Amino acid sequence: MSGSHVTVVDYGLGNLYSVRRACESCGAVVDVTSDAGRIADAERLVLPGVGAFEDGMSGIRERGLVEPLQAFAGSGRPLLAICLGMQMLADVSEEFGSHEGLGIIRGRVVPIPDLTTSGLPHNIPRVGWTGLDAAENATWSGSPLRHTSPGTAVYLVHSYHFVCADASQLLAVSDYGGHAIASAIRAKNVVGFQFHPERSGPEGLRILSSWLTDAMA
Amino acid sequence: MSNVRLIARLDVKGPNLIKGVHLEGLRVLGPPHEFAQRYYEQGADELIYIDIVASLYGRSKLTEIVRSAAHDVFVPITVGGGIRTVDDVRELLRAGADKVAANTAVVRRPQLITDIARRFGSQCFVLSIEAKEQAPGRWEVFTDGGRERSGVDVVEWAQRGVALGAGEILLTSIDREGTRKGFDLALTRAVTSAVRVPVIASGGYGDSSHLRPVVDAGAAAIAVADAFHFKRTTMPELRAAALQAGVTVRRV
Repeated sequence: MSGSHVTVVDYGLGNLYSVRRACESCGAVVDVTSDAGRIADAERLVLPGVGAFEDGMSGIRERGLVEPLQAFAGSGRPLLAICLGMQMLADVSEEFGSHEGLGIIRGRVVPIPDLTTSGLPHNIPRVGWTGLDAAENATWSGSPLRHTSPGTAVYLVHSYHFVCADASQLLAVSDYGGHAIASAIRAKNVVGFQFHPERSGPEGLRILSSWLTDAMA
Repeated sequence: MSNVRLIARLDVKGPNLIKGVHLEGLRVLGPPHEFAQRYYEQGADELIYIDIVASLYGRSKLTEIVRSAAHDVFVPITVGGGIRTVDDVRELLRAGADKVAANTAVVRRPQLITDIARRFGSQCFVLSIEAKEQAPGRWEVFTDGGRERSGVDVVEWAQRGVALGAGEILLTSIDREGTRKGFDLALTRAVTSAVRVPVIASGGYGDSSHLRPVVDAGAAAIAVADAFHFKRTTMPELRAAALQAGVTVRRV
């Protein structure tokens, strides 16, 4: 049990209850808030997310949280962004138009290719469990995946995916129709998971717990 | 190929898990929570709760059931039954549901699909279709827990529902539900070949020989109810049988 304190950002979207319960079951003390001051003072921060990019960014803007989130990322304290949360770390998303993100990790959010690499149609949205593979040249030691075996399946549901500008920030990918889809990214103290650790069963909780017990950067 | 999801389906009425045949002749099995907890611990990929009489009597205990499930279950939870408004969806999502499913209300007011998808994303909305064969190769959508004819064609409705914003389809064969005779393969194929979203096949699972054909018919996920509830099989047995049959599933 980690006993760490974690602050979960409430910007009007997302499965807050699941994220809270998952963190609590890992032994963390959880504060769910949309208050800029409490975010600024957080020990570690989770930016959850389910839904559309534009709605998510509007929710963050309306609550005046763009700068607090950017400042937190720059503070060196641990920030974990999940699913839509991870996508909002990007510079820009192409989901229903072109929308500016938080610009915390350089990259773009683009549609998942609607054909497999063999040219066959596949399901969009992508929904289900897929194994995590180490990205090229990435090492999981020292990351929240340090206790996870390559191939461990996690739950993903999305129609868009994150393309890192700096490939060295890619930690894990997962295969979809032959495409290597970014599933975990990291830039120093900021980690993004496209998968839902809070919905990926015991293995997901193990990953979350590893993040919660990471040494402060 | 993606892993085929193995889903435990829990039909509820009021506070109880129930099981029927052809969505009728309901039998009370007890509090759903202990069943849900067992399925989670045994490695279910997902849970689906459907209050099968909610559209007749108004929504009941679903919010409480979801909240208690989400307290202890860390895989996706889909909830349906009696959803009529965007606010109903918000309440269930806040209680810990990951997705909501609706049938009756969206057949009556298809625009609700778009309202939900716009607000919460397509991945949040599962179009529940209860299908009954009317002629070979032709199925009609039924509403109100399988009681009422809608006059709507299943394949056309599936396409329209996806165009309106549904991110997934829960396809229940009323003809096969509770019979253990296997899934309706022609129905599954007709729908999966008409849409690009994942289709969950439900109704008719009897034994493991029924797994491969429904996946070959295009199902992205399989929902099993009474075979689990009555312990005729377990999630690990089903998973092992799927792998044996050449169906790609998550290795737990």
